[in-house]
Amino acid sequence: MKLVGKQTWVFDDVYIQATGTAVGPSEADGPLGNCFDVVHHDLYCGEKTWERAERRLMQDAIAVCLQHGNITINEVDVLLAGDLLNQNVTANYTARAFPVPFLCMFGACSTSMETLAVGAALVDGGFAKRALAATSSHNATAERQFRYPTELGVQKPKSATFTVTGAGAALIGKEKGRFRVTAATIGRVIDAGLTNPLDMGSAMAPAAAHTIEQHFYDLRRSPSDYDLIVTGDLSRVGSVIVKELLMEAGYDVTSNYNDCGLLIYRPEKGAFAGGSGCACCAVVTYGHLLKEMKAGAMERMLVVATGALLSPTMIQQNESIPAIAHGVVIEAVRGE
Amino acid sequence: MRLRDNYRQAVKKFQPKPSYVANSLKAFFIGGGLSVVAEVLRAQFRVNLPSLAAEQAVLLLFIGAAVVLTAIGVYDEFSQFAGAGSTMLITWFANSLTSAALEHRSEGVVSGIAGHMFKVGGAALVYGIVAAYLFGLVYFMR
Repeated sequence: MKLVGKQTWVFDDVYIQATGTAVGPSEADGPLGNCFDVVHHDLYCGEKTWERAERRLMQDAIAVCLQHGNITINEVDVLLAGDLLNQNVTANYTARAFPVPFLCMFGACSTSMETLAVGAALVDGGFAKRALAATSSHNATAERQFRYPTELGVQKPKSATFTVTGAGAALIGKEKGRFRVTAATIGRVIDAGLTNPLDMGSAMAPAAAHTIEQHFYDLRRSPSDYDLIVTGDLSRVGSVIVKELLMEAGYDVTSNYNDCGLLIYRPEKGAFAGGSGCACCAVVTYGHLLKEMKAGAMERMLVVATGALLSPTMIQQNESIPAIAHGVVIEAVRGE
Repeated sequence: MRLRDNYRQAVKKFQPKPSYVANSLKAFFIGGGLSVVAEVLRAQFRVNLPSLAAEQAVLLLFIGAAVVLTAIGVYDEFSQFAGAGSTMLITWFANSLTSAALEHRSEGVVSGIAGHMFKVGGAALVYGIVAAYLFGLVYFMR
């Protein structure tokens, strides 16, 4: 049985064989700027519309990932991808160019680990020799869909986050690679009853805490089993809350916890509480954290991508914000 | 209070508070300052123009400036700083139309620009007209 406990999948031999990342100008100027494979210095990424720009990022991330994995798209058995836009247009329009079976996924900003976990399960179950997991977000496409026109003058609160412009892709397979995907904890939808779409950190923190606790419980592990426990985009507000929630449950993560949204921008950049979006967790994990792991800084990390399942229409109808978080354990493969 | 016991209440101490005093002061001085500028301009125009035309000339200048500042991507940053000092002026209405038009030009001139132009500013327009009508009724019935 690969299901351990209630929500955790344990994989036998699944590896991340290659990754690819592409980012926009603000991310390139950030502290992780030199970790990314493709950098666009123009928010339009050389395209005519914001939506096409986001698609360009996803295409770039996939192309670089395949190049790093030294394979062609024809050798991929299944593509799993998702983004933030209505009808997942970035993923669907990117996938139409590929002769590969495609599963479109939506988990808001948790999509990066959702695609990685499902891809790993498909590979482990023998349904695919190689799976490609990709996800993207773009500041301007997200702003116009979820908030206001980009140039509208509104004063945003300190709890607001800044959607990361970028895309990340990971090639998952059975052949031995540098990183092993050993387990995944699939989250439940948790709605803490919060309604402020400009404070998604507070809305998502309970979902992240729930998934992390369930992960420890299912695997009989504790925070000290990990060199790093990292959440996707809880930001300055949510990351403090999740630590407190875990502390209340008896798990002290203060020494080995971080958040991708806090890593991607410099604090003085004017990104409010930090980065968010599908790409936030994807580019930081695939671009930066795996490099750190490869360099020997970590042996085992738990990446928990957090998603606010937000809809502007539901917010206008006074509904609260449901949230979800999926965790994936990535371990370094040493030796030879 | 533990977060687990009553999340919606307990989470408040983790959420950043808006700086009401600083925001009010900024709104007062920036919004007020711009209104003083408008008043000075009106007095200048009044030398050569009738009263109504002088007022309209000032409005045109402010609206024009807001449109240009929106187009070059400065107005949103100004609003982030000035807050209500920017949103309570007619310049914000100009900004709301221009920003929506800019945003949706990728969907074409009819369904994009025209169809979405009033998406944000439309509410101000609707309730502005309704309020004007009601006050007009009161004025004539008095």
